[in-house]
Amino acid sequence: MSKMCLAIPGRLIKNLDGNKGIVDLGGVSKEISLAFIPNAIEGDWIIIHTGFGLEIMSEKDAFEMINILQEAYK
Amino acid sequence: MDLQKYRQPDLINHVIDDIKKHTASVKFMEVCGTHTMAIGKWGIRKLLPKKIKLISGPGCPVCVTPSSVIDELSKLKKVTIATFGDLLRVPGSSGTLEKARALGLRVEVVYSPMEALELAKQVETIFVGIGFETTIPGIAHTIKIAKQQNVSNFSVLPACKLVPPALEALIAGEETKIDGFLLPGHVSVIIGSAAYNFIPQKYGIGGVVTGFEPLDIIVGIKKLLENLDQPQIINEYERVVTKDGNKNAQAVMFEVFAVQDALWRGLGWIPNSGLSIREEYAQFDALKKYGLRITDIPENPQCRCGDVLQGKIIPPSCTLFDKVCNPQNPVGPCMVSSEGSCAAYYKYER
Ligand code: SF4
Ligand code: SF4
Repeated sequence: MSKMCLAIPGRLIKNLDGNKGIVDLGGVSKEISLAFIPNAIEGDWIIIHTGFGLEIMSEKDAFEMINILQEAYK
Repeated sequence: MDLQKYRQPDLINHVIDDIKKHTASVKFMEVCGTHTMAIGKWGIRKLLPKKIKLISGPGCPVCVTPSSVIDELSKLKKVTIATFGDLLRVPGSSGTLEKARALGLRVEVVYSPMEALELAKQVETIFVGIGFETTIPGIAHTIKIAKQQNVSNFSVLPACKLVPPALEALIAGEETKIDGFLLPGHVSVIIGSAAYNFIPQKYGIGGVVTGFEPLDIIVGIKKLLENLDQPQIINEYERVVTKDGNKNAQAVMFEVFAVQDALWRGLGWIPNSGLSIREEYAQFDALKKYGLRITDIPENPQCRCGDVLQGKIIPPSCTLFDKVCNPQNPVGPCMVSSEGSCAAYYKYER
């Protein structure tokens, strides 16, 4: 079941040209757009929704959120 | 793990004790489907004193998509419909997109609007643009890229919705007297907590932007109670939500879309709560390209989703609930998505 309006944290592992990047989502790599957070740099934790980075967040907050989601949707 | 602090029974009971000190009878609305689900899952309704009522708002873009959207899409031939998976099982007036696909309609599930744009480079594709502010900027960005890359095979059916105008319509509605809102976390990442300031200023009702943990929600309720006399918008989700939201995302959104009235399933037309594609991007407007029309067609009269979405009744008060309507056979949209109010009640509060 996809959760349409949920956003999930991932880690930016590579900046690509044209405001794009590769994120690591718990072992799965995915290309996303950084159009809304052009200042994101490699290593940043990002909240991601439908292929777009929405905001940069702290590592602590990202871990917290990952746990919440795993718990709620397992 | 740090997270435990949001789950500690001691802490939760402590906050509940504080809540019990308040004597007012109140009705709070949780606007977001994910909150509805969390409230069910953690049994929060049962922890609260009876005089505090939590009602579920129109917090799911899938739930509020009118059946005419499904009907119009079902008519399309020779076009590939690209959509988020959530929409597949939403009933139109004569069946779902899933059923129509079994009968030959071309439907592809995509994770991102950008995926739909890639698809359009091979086949004529229409992307179903549903979603709230969390999703809209990405759709807008995709339309911009389509124009830059001159992808003539691509269009978007604009059926996106804006949350604050819907809240305003619910407040103005006579029947539901709402004393406070639990405001959605992820919509607020984009629009910022200040976007709700009109609610206390204009209507004297408070709101708390909260996360999805039981403690987040309970603390949200406590804050609403504490501020009944001086209503304000409080941001309890500073982990990701700022006061002003993401300005880049807002700019793209309004570069591509213009505000207009929108039809909400169960709620009718709400002023300024939807978006149309601006003239500069008209070539990507599926409504124009295929002559589609989003209209208010009558829903199954026994389905009370409209009343559920406005907080007038709780799901078990619908005569179809658990008898005819269940997650395997949803009659209305509130039972379709796992976070619709009826589905949440079915799973946790029967
Ligand atoms: S089912 Fe859940 S995630 Fe999907 S649109 Fe509805 S509320 Fe959002
Ligand atoms: S139980 Fe089913 S029919 Fe009744 S309001 Fe909910 S979705 Fe509609």
